[in-house]
Amino acid sequence: MMDNTQRIVITGVGLTSPNGNNLPEFRNALLNGKSGISPYEIRYFGKTLAGICHFDTAKYQKKKDLRRGTRAGSIAVYCANEAVIDSGIDWNRVDTSQVGVFIGITEHGNVETENEIYNIKQFNYDCSTWSHFHNPRTVANNPAGEITLNLRITGPHYCLGAACAAGNAGIIQGVQMLRLGEVDLALAGGVSESIHTFGIFAAFAAENALAKHPIPEKASRPFDRDRNGIVISEGGCVFTLERLTDAKQRGAKIYGEIVGYGMNSDAGDFVLPNPERQQQCMEKALTKANLEPEQIDLVSTHATATPTGDVQEITAIRQVFGGSKKTYINNTKSFIGHAMGSIGVLELAGNLPSFEDGVIHPTINCENLDPDCEIENLVVGTPKVVGNIRYILNNSFGMVGINSVVIVGKYDATI
Amino acid sequence: MTESEIREAVINILSDIAPDENFASMKDEVSFRDQFEMDSMDLLDIVLELRKRYRVQIPEEDYPKLDNMNSTVEYLLPLMNP
Repeated sequence: MMDNTQRIVITGVGLTSPNGNNLPEFRNALLNGKSGISPYEIRYFGKTLAGICHFDTAKYQKKKDLRRGTRAGSIAVYCANEAVIDSGIDWNRVDTSQVGVFIGITEHGNVETENEIYNIKQFNYDCSTWSHFHNPRTVANNPAGEITLNLRITGPHYCLGAACAAGNAGIIQGVQMLRLGEVDLALAGGVSESIHTFGIFAAFAAENALAKHPIPEKASRPFDRDRNGIVISEGGCVFTLERLTDAKQRGAKIYGEIVGYGMNSDAGDFVLPNPERQQQCMEKALTKANLEPEQIDLVSTHATATPTGDVQEITAIRQVFGGSKKTYINNTKSFIGHAMGSIGVLELAGNLPSFEDGVIHPTINCENLDPDCEIENLVVGTPKVVGNIRYILNNSFGMVGINSVVIVGKYDATI
Repeated sequence: MTESEIREAVINILSDIAPDENFASMKDEVSFRDQFEMDSMDLLDIVLELRKRYRVQIPEEDYPKLDNMNSTVEYLLPLMNP
């Protein structure tokens, strides 16, 4: 057993997703089949679908801070404050020089750059009308930095650019920094403001990978025979991570323990995923956690509802878990679309309550399972009551060949 | 533009830049930064908005003239009535 100072636990959750602005709301939506996808329109691209968050932006920020900052920063600040409150930490007694902020992002700066170019176009491309805020808004540390400005955190902060594997990467960085003793509290997770850049919609459309459906709630349909692509969403999720010793000392509520993780690279293609590398990444995380595949109760899939990607992930999961009868499989993007840099953490957060309630939320919109995506114990349509759930493995994969896996265990106070 | 029109134009810009502030009680002879929560970034914003809205170019050496409402109106009067 690992030294308790090296055991890292989740003690607070703050989130905004297209179908909930805190964990109980989000979990309730996932157990009741409530999608967060709605019609959406963005300049140049026109009408499409997206997952839009509806949190109270003024809850923790002044109007001026919102004007100066970015949507990603606003999401990050909301989630960080919610996580701190949820953790029960007395913030006034925290030495903020020992707090680290590690936020995963798929991309950052596209929204602000597009806005500025749109603005100077109104002035015949006169660059003297370009905002001086463009630099602080577009630096790659912006969302994490806005958290530090808001919460007056003087410890380290940065963002981890890891495509759609970024949410897990934020968590992993938090775990590592706590284990190294570099920080005593980590605010770790991921955010995305991607629905505010027309470019990402246009690019996915150009790849024939943007979902279309007459009913918005049915557009995101991983593993379904008629899936036709991704629904882009915004969102954020931040955890407070602490050493088990610190969490126990203050009598914290413990959502779960991060018992393993893995990251690797495909080194193959700009866009297409690689099931062999995904398999290796899951195996790496299992090895680190000292767990056998049969001990994993739930695999939270990354599947984005692209024709190829879903099959490849299922292929990888079959390789790792093919012999396991008790490992269930689910998916969260079917509810909220693909919230990019935040999605890995949101998917994990949505599953954390299963340690308490023993229920696995399903993947929805899988009306005709694609035979190539068939896998034993895929939870489809309605929640599955399975009883004791001890380990969740969370997959997140991204473009240019980046894979991340996090394994969270139910906290057992007796060990 | 008259002095009162310029004052109103500046108030509109300030209201956008610092939306949490109430400018109704502004003392025109007191520095903006002494009566409102404003900083050097806000000053750059005033300069940018004047440029965008009224095509007024303000060189950096003249920024101190935008210290308070009286000095700002006095400075802008000839620039906004070319």
